[in-house]
Amino acid sequence: MEQIATSATAETAPMSGVANGEAPKVTARDVCVFYGAKQALFDVNLDVPRNSVTALIGPSGCGKSTFLRCLNRMNDTIPICRVTGKIELDEQDIYDRDLDVVELRARVGMVFQKPNPFPKSIFDNIAYGPRIHGLVRDKTHLEEIVETSLEKAGLWKEVKDRVHEPGTGLSGGQQQRLCIARAIATTPDVILMDEPCSALDPIATAKVEELIHELRQNYTIVIVTHSMQQARRVSQKTAFFHIGYLVEVGDTEQIFENPQDKRTQDYIMGRFG
Amino acid sequence: MATTQDTLHAAADGRKLNDPAMLKRRYAAEWRFKAYGLGALGIALFFLVVLFYSIISQGWTAFLQTNIKLDVALNEADFQDADGQITEQSIRVADYTKMARDALQSTLGLESPTRPEKRDLRGLLSRGVDVQIRNKIESDRSVIGQTVPVWVLANGEVDALIKGSIDRNTPEERRQLNNKQLAWIDKLIAEGRLEKQFNTGLFTYGASSQPETAGLAVALIGSFFMMLIVALVAVPIGVAAAAYLEEFAPKNTFTDIIEVNINNLAAVPSIVFGLLGLAVFINFMGLPRSASLVGGLVLSLMTLPTVIIATRAAIRAVPPSIREAALGVGASKMQTLFHHVLPLALPGILTGTIIGLVQALGETAPLLMIGLVAFVVDYPTTPLDPATALPVQIYMWASSAERGFVERTMGATIVLLMFLFVMNAAAVYLRRKFERKW
Ligand SMILES: Nc1ncnc2c1ncn2[C@@H]1O[C@H](COP(=O)(O)OP(=O)(O)O)[C@@H](O)[C@H]1O
Ligand SMILES: [Mg+2]
Repeated sequence: MEQIATSATAETAPMSGVANGEAPKVTARDVCVFYGAKQALFDVNLDVPRNSVTALIGPSGCGKSTFLRCLNRMNDTIPICRVTGKIELDEQDIYDRDLDVVELRARVGMVFQKPNPFPKSIFDNIAYGPRIHGLVRDKTHLEEIVETSLEKAGLWKEVKDRVHEPGTGLSGGQQQRLCIARAIATTPDVILMDEPCSALDPIATAKVEELIHELRQNYTIVIVTHSMQQARRVSQKTAFFHIGYLVEVGDTEQIFENPQDKRTQDYIMGRFG
Repeated sequence: MATTQDTLHAAADGRKLNDPAMLKRRYAAEWRFKAYGLGALGIALFFLVVLFYSIISQGWTAFLQTNIKLDVALNEADFQDADGQITEQSIRVADYTKMARDALQSTLGLESPTRPEKRDLRGLLSRGVDVQIRNKIESDRSVIGQTVPVWVLANGEVDALIKGSIDRNTPEERRQLNNKQLAWIDKLIAEGRLEKQFNTGLFTYGASSQPETAGLAVALIGSFFMMLIVALVAVPIGVAAAAYLEEFAPKNTFTDIIEVNINNLAAVPSIVFGLLGLAVFINFMGLPRSASLVGGLVLSLMTLPTVIIATRAAIRAVPPSIREAALGVGASKMQTLFHHVLPLALPGILTGTIIGLVQALGETAPLLMIGLVAFVVDYPTTPLDPATALPVQIYMWASSAERGFVERTMGATIVLLMFLFVMNAAAVYLRRKFERKW
């Protein structure tokens, strides 16, 4: 245990990712994650600024998804997974015993790598979250929620005549935007995206990126991406992970133009990954 | 062409890829494999065809039964009791056998038959005719005092003759019907009073020692009760157990043991379940013997592993991305299960359940252990009444030598197979209908 701690500080020494100034939306302190006996994350410290896009980059298997899934406690669903450390959302400990994980997941929406709409109508896909959280007053209110969510996800124009057709009948890019709309419908503050474009073609990717850009006005977004170009295009802050350690974090421009760590440099130059 | 290929694929050590001899061997092996497969399929199909041919050719006649049309004179005097009143009781005890025989006698124009002739006349009619005539009167009393035409059952021997399984040319002393009776039968046929009709009795009669009045009604009702009990007991318990094991149970030694034992349970011979039912439900809990309730419970135990295994497979087949999606928008584990996983697993669960029910419907051995082999004449009205089951009825009829029972054995087999086919078809249909892409 001690060994891990010392090596961890050594590894993450250059950057802690702790910002000063405006209070961050999410703060992670000394987050370690274990899958059974295997440790997947080592003492990650990261602040996620409000109403901006934070990109998590790094070679595959380095723990980006694992970290992301800590933020809405999706890791709770994996029996062997254990999380230590402290993660706060608006200064509230999300691993606190009194905190309702169901409510947390309404506040922290998630979009997955592969578009995963429910095999139901577009309408029901969006309506599901608000319904189970009791956010719906009546039928017209629900219709309103569905419309504004689709509107915000830039999908309303394309689907307004077929909201009662199955969501699985949409194209891949539309499905992913439907999933974003579904996440928005529970009025979250934070949206987590785990490689949301990796299953999409370039045009659909461009649309989603554009959407991320717009959503930034009202939401705090954390996005995992394997594409450095994408991280550069959409994010204001970038965190580079490497085999379980947060190696370097900073303004996106700085990370890409002037990386401090050797490993970050190598990764960005495309020497591994 | 061949040469370019050969040079192109020449390996470093000089051996050539696509060596013609090797290719030839490979094709030959492939061809042989196909031939074996087709051969196996052919043999299986052949036996299936033989099976169906023998069942249907021997069994289809069970769906027809020889009936005789009698003009029965219902004289008021025959229904009056000692006080000259016609009551329910007096109707019940009237001598219908004599009325039927008299009717047959006058139909055949016999003035004053001798004793043996009377016996022979009686021998043309089924013993069930008295009930048939009584039913006619009990359903409509106004016919008393009239002469009414009634179609009644011919005796089993007559039926066998009409269906061709008694040879007219065998010497009289070795024939169940004598020459006089044959002459009467021919006369009745000529007058259009004796013919084969659809055998509704097969579906409305209970047990009987006479083939012509033996039917499947009690077995059908018993099997229906048992299927109902299996559906009500095994399905909810099985689905709940499977859902718990798949979605909630921790992975530890205890659940591993449960898992292994469920699989073992599926392989336990069915007779063992019969013994268990006898020991637990009848001897320990004191439930009645021969009752379809006990049969249903035993079959439920037997079907449980099938339902659990099928449901677990169906739940596991639901893509994890759907679960993640539901959990991601804040659904609880229960909501994820009930709103998303179970509805998507439903076709698989239904298919597994129907396959379990089909197994249960055809199961015989455990039912023999718990006394469902009873001779039951009256319809069971509750699952606590004595009953039999379809396959048990087949088993019981199969042990009778009379021609009428042989054809009923096969006829009942056809009925059972029809149920199984319909249920299997329903399983296939449901699977197709609910099959979804994601
Ligand atoms: N459910 C799991 N069970 C066990 N190990 C896991 C599980 N999920 C991820 N891991 C391990 O954790 C490490 C980080 O994985 P992940 O966070 O998915 O990486 P990334 O998203 O950066 O590619 C990997 O070594 C992976 O093998
Ligand atoms: Mg990942």
